[in-house]
Amino acid sequence: MTEFTPEAGSPSIVSVTEKVRPVALGMAVTSVHFLADRAAFVGGEETVALVDAKGEISKVAVHGGGILSAASDGTRLVMGGDDGKVVALNAKSEVALLATDAKRRWIDAVALHPDGAFAWSAGKTAFVKSGKAEEKSIDVPSTVGGLAFAPKGLRLAIAHYNGATLWFPNMAATAEFLPWAGSHLAVTFSPDNKFLVTAMHEAALHGWRLADNRHMRMTGYPGRVRSMSWSAGGKFLATSGADTVIMWPFASKDGPMGKEPAMLAPLQARVSVVACHPRNDILAAGYSDGTILMVRLEDGAEILVRRNGTAPVAGLAWNAKGTLLAFADETGDAGLLEL
Amino acid sequence: MSDVTSSKIPVTVLTGYLGAGKTTLLNRILSENHGKKYAVIVNEFGEIGIDNDLIIGADEEVFEMNNGCICCTVRGDLVRIMDGLMKRRGKFDAIIVETTGLADPAPVAQTFFVDEDVQKNARLDAVVTVADAKWLSDRLKDAPEAKNQIAFADVIVLNKTDLVSKPELAEVEARIRGINPYARLHRTERCQVALVDVLDRGAFDLDRILEIEPSFLEADDHDHHHHGHDHHHHDHDHGHGLKHYHDEDMQSLALRSDKPLDPSRFMPWLQNLVQTEGQKILRSKGILAFVDDDDRYVFQGVHMMLEGDHQRKWKEGEPRESRVVFIGRELPEEAIREGFARCIVQ
Repeated sequence: MTEFTPEAGSPSIVSVTEKVRPVALGMAVTSVHFLADRAAFVGGEETVALVDAKGEISKVAVHGGGILSAASDGTRLVMGGDDGKVVALNAKSEVALLATDAKRRWIDAVALHPDGAFAWSAGKTAFVKSGKAEEKSIDVPSTVGGLAFAPKGLRLAIAHYNGATLWFPNMAATAEFLPWAGSHLAVTFSPDNKFLVTAMHEAALHGWRLADNRHMRMTGYPGRVRSMSWSAGGKFLATSGADTVIMWPFASKDGPMGKEPAMLAPLQARVSVVACHPRNDILAAGYSDGTILMVRLEDGAEILVRRNGTAPVAGLAWNAKGTLLAFADETGDAGLLEL
Repeated sequence: MSDVTSSKIPVTVLTGYLGAGKTTLLNRILSENHGKKYAVIVNEFGEIGIDNDLIIGADEEVFEMNNGCICCTVRGDLVRIMDGLMKRRGKFDAIIVETTGLADPAPVAQTFFVDEDVQKNARLDAVVTVADAKWLSDRLKDAPEAKNQIAFADVIVLNKTDLVSKPELAEVEARIRGINPYARLHRTERCQVALVDVLDRGAFDLDRILEIEPSFLEADDHDHHHHGHDHHHHDHDHGHGLKHYHDEDMQSLALRSDKPLDPSRFMPWLQNLVQTEGQKILRSKGILAFVDDDDRYVFQGVHMMLEGDHQRKWKEGEPRESRVVFIGRELPEEAIREGFARCIVQ
């Protein structure tokens, strides 16, 4: 167990807390992204706060109510709200309305494709809009828990109760159903397109090797996994949900089957968010007590970015080059760290 | 009430068989001038004219938890909606979940016990069941859902009393009491019940499991609503002549001991009982006096889920009496009585 005291000047761990540019957002934050070189802090309702490296804040109204889901590719931030709208925000602070649910249902999940296509869900229906083509939709057996595009081709994974559905929106073929009992929420493809992983309602992940749909059970968490992040190159999947960062190995063709996960950065608080660096083998981990650590994957060496004693960390994000780390806790106490 | 409890959003579950008057009660709650804002989770979304900013359509998606407990079902849609609603904290004071007429209240209640995030932000306040005075007796014979809803209730709003005669009303009340003698019962016309009697009841609050007594004699008279003051005169016509029905498959079972219990025997017995008979036991509650323990221990449960804690010191002169209540179907009464008796320190 690594321990450190929160007193200033504690020598037990390398600290960069002095280099952090603090940002007071004055609004509850639910996730953090980057739009070009500005950090985008998604609020609990209505607003996104864009913050540049100097700490200048500009707030943009995006929804007429709660913001339920958000996804970003670094140039565009797509969000779904309880106003039944799908909205995009770009780096120039321009807001575009992408879709409105006919029944004004909640937009529970959104996903972005590298080529600009986007997906969203309301109730049991998932929608995809790609380029100028008409939007397409598919109904799954129960409410959509999460959406993710495959890294290659236009293929959407839809998590729901008792499994996940893989759908090629541009193909006539029936969607493929990957069964596994339980409620599946967030979903992600491995960057090499070989594995699909879902975070379940219970404290576990479930995975499928897509070549043969073999199951991978990833259990043992004390709490639900709310944050998953692939390390640079996709060798590891870093996850929240325990009092250490749980790292599942995905480098081999069998993925984590029959392997133990690596456990990094143990603290006496639950990991709430993880964000792997886009290029190097380091990650940032946020905890339920407000602590943020940077951790080197190779040896678990830690650097303190933010001290404990606040609300849980709500979001962490790196810019595309990996030179800026942005973070915020649930109450909107945020910061930027330039590396 | 502790700070921890009060910072959690109270959730009222509104249930009742088709046509009993749930929507009438819901509209009353929303339209009355109480200065509170409610987020309302409804099922037949769009079908009822409810004027409220925060109205959310639900799908009643029930799923089994993968924890080896077969009756441990939760409402997945509720988990999702609660998560979304918490992003708008501060915009509402309380939540009302309306179930469909055919719903079993258990998965709704269990959602508030087993989901970590839901539990962190919200607390189940009470299950309020609206019953139709004219038709309930029939429904109790042919609709197991209606019986479940009565058995599960903390508060029963016996509605449409103007459509039945006095003997009919006595009959339906007796049938309700045959299933659930512990719920607060209010007789109403067009759901005219004081909102303090249905909201903020704290029925699942361990600190408010004060008395577990049958509440026959405390049933309110529907003619006056000055609550809390009319309990002294027991001249209500429902105090006498009340028929005692024994429902064939749904009962309540009360246990009592004025000798202290041995916690090392009682706890394993209770755990084992709800593990093995949890499907049959809908609700359980207890106030316990353990041997060599100056604190009252209280517990409550829904099917296999139990929660309990030391509540407070026994007061000077307060009889140290243990009382346990089970409501359920086909309860193995003899076995439960014998098991409980073995926990008593002789």
